[in-house]
Amino acid sequence: MSVATTSALVRLPVWRARLVLVLFLLGFAVVAGRSGYLQAVRTAFLQEKGEARYARVIEVPATRGRILDRNGQALAISTPVKSIWAMPAELEADRPQRAALAKALGMRSSTLKRRLAAGVERDFVYLKRQVPPETARRVAGLNLQGVFEQREYRRYYPGGEITAQLVGFTGVDDAGQEGMELAYQSRLAGTAGSRRVIKDRRGSLVEDIGAIRAAQDGHDLVLSIDGKIQTLAYGALKSAVRRHRAKAGAVIVVNAMSGEVLALVNVPSYNPNNRAKLAGGRLRNRALTDAFEPGSTLKPLTIALALEIGKVTPRTVVETDAGQLTIGNYTIRDAHPARAMSVTQVLQKSSNIGAAKIALGLPSEAMWDLFRRVGLGTAPQLGFPGEATGRLRHYRSWRPIEQATMAYGHGVSVSLVQLARAYTVFARDGELVPLSLVRGAGVVDGEKILSTETARAVRAMLEAAVQPEGTGPRARVVGWRVAGKTGTSHKLVNGSYAPDKYLSSFVGFAPVSAPRLVVAVMIDEPSAGEYYGGVVAAPVFAQVIMGALRLLGVPLDAPPEPLELPGETDHAREST
Amino acid sequence: MAKLTLLLLGVLVGCALGLVSAQHEARKLYAAREQAQSLARELNVEYGRLQLEAGTWARHTRIAEIARRKLGMRVPEPRRVRSVRLDREQAR
Repeated sequence: MSVATTSALVRLPVWRARLVLVLFLLGFAVVAGRSGYLQAVRTAFLQEKGEARYARVIEVPATRGRILDRNGQALAISTPVKSIWAMPAELEADRPQRAALAKALGMRSSTLKRRLAAGVERDFVYLKRQVPPETARRVAGLNLQGVFEQREYRRYYPGGEITAQLVGFTGVDDAGQEGMELAYQSRLAGTAGSRRVIKDRRGSLVEDIGAIRAAQDGHDLVLSIDGKIQTLAYGALKSAVRRHRAKAGAVIVVNAMSGEVLALVNVPSYNPNNRAKLAGGRLRNRALTDAFEPGSTLKPLTIALALEIGKVTPRTVVETDAGQLTIGNYTIRDAHPARAMSVTQVLQKSSNIGAAKIALGLPSEAMWDLFRRVGLGTAPQLGFPGEATGRLRHYRSWRPIEQATMAYGHGVSVSLVQLARAYTVFARDGELVPLSLVRGAGVVDGEKILSTETARAVRAMLEAAVQPEGTGPRARVVGWRVAGKTGTSHKLVNGSYAPDKYLSSFVGFAPVSAPRLVVAVMIDEPSAGEYYGGVVAAPVFAQVIMGALRLLGVPLDAPPEPLELPGETDHAREST
Repeated sequence: MAKLTLLLLGVLVGCALGLVSAQHEARKLYAAREQAQSLARELNVEYGRLQLEAGTWARHTRIAEIARRKLGMRVPEPRRVRSVRLDREQAR
């Protein structure tokens, strides 16, 4: 009985066992399905999530390219510095610690507090950018939570004020803001790379995963500038500007063979390494961005045209009306009055009347065309930001008096670079050379503007202009023949000529036998009494061109009577 | 049969240990490379700084100043200068 009852008790219905079995199987199926789903379908996502726990993408910063002069001397170099930033929400620091942080950063506690408050929503705030390594080390020494450092680059300019306006500078984000830094930004900048790595608990790298994108460092930029000539020109210009109590000045030195700009200096200047108190006027590269009325320096172009179309020869006599010529209600005056002079003398003595009379005999279209072809009224295309185009009105709108005054450089405006470029026509036997601020490959072909004979004739006249009878004898140097033209013009103030504000200039080249260099000098508002281009600008020209010719080793074409050197006499004695 | 199994087991254990040690070696080498690279970066930084310093010392104004003041140098009088021409082709 008992057995029967027991077996009756044990004998449960079969469906229950089945049910349990099915439930188990179902359970397995769910687990297997889930794992299959995770393994096969969601695997990529999950792996990514897992990797995110230990993998990091780190940025590989690219270095900005250097800017060098033509001899490889650095004009701009980047060196890494640290920037200190914080996550205000995570900053765990009590009052004394904050005070220590402020002290290490060299700022007031209140400033630090304000910075932190400003960054609360953004979760990121720079405490101080571009700090010196010692400061960064001191901050790291405080060991604060939520304060981090970041590597950045700071740009240094060894050339200082001498190359300031030309090279320009970069902003705090290492992007060019002025000058060549801005003009060649994309070439200098480079692109940052990145790599995916595994980091361990202590933050050190364990291994690379995935592809490494290498950082592309920026390319170096080699300028056409010669540091020595640049320094020389800056020194000469600076002392002249100080001596004549002028407002500003600029000098440009161009290699007439290659069109390369060997020096481009401006005064007043600034120190690009410390731009704390920087005024707008100092930033300007006047030689390129400022247009002015060139005055008499434009006369050679007028005369060249008259020679070219056969209107005059250098010996043709021009009536100069004893220094006064009235056209309509406008009177043109000469500084050195005479009854009549030859065309050569018109240039030599810088006669406005002579130039005006010659110009009145020329077709206005031809004059406009020549001015335009030597680059007046169009930007010189050096790739420098903010190049002035100057002003050259269309000949259809010229009145006769305007054509007359334009002959001696009034009613047109040019930048110093345009003027220097226009003079390459005389230096290169009639060819206009394209200028460049980047080192080039050597002699470049120019565009033929004037015939060789005309260019040489004007060259001879320009050499006469620096003789004692001319307006620019102070431009002469010992050893080389130079040629050039002085310019003195009244400055335009509110649309009319200011009687007491002058702009003195000189443009010339040397050596005359085979011109190598064109130098243009401009001095703005000399106010120490003297203002003639021949007195103010010509001596700067002489100083710069002589130094440059010597530095470049250009052979003398007018060697002075040599002194007998002691060594040579000894040698002579020995050999006899 | 059992012997073969044992042998294979031994080989397996050996391989596993080899893998572990190779992994470890790789990490060590990686760390060393990382260190060398950071040293290279630091040296690069140093190089930049030295270039900068050299640039500052070699400033033309400074050299001219020293030549004039300390060494008492000056530009020779043009009449005392002789130019020597090597050859027509070379002179160009």
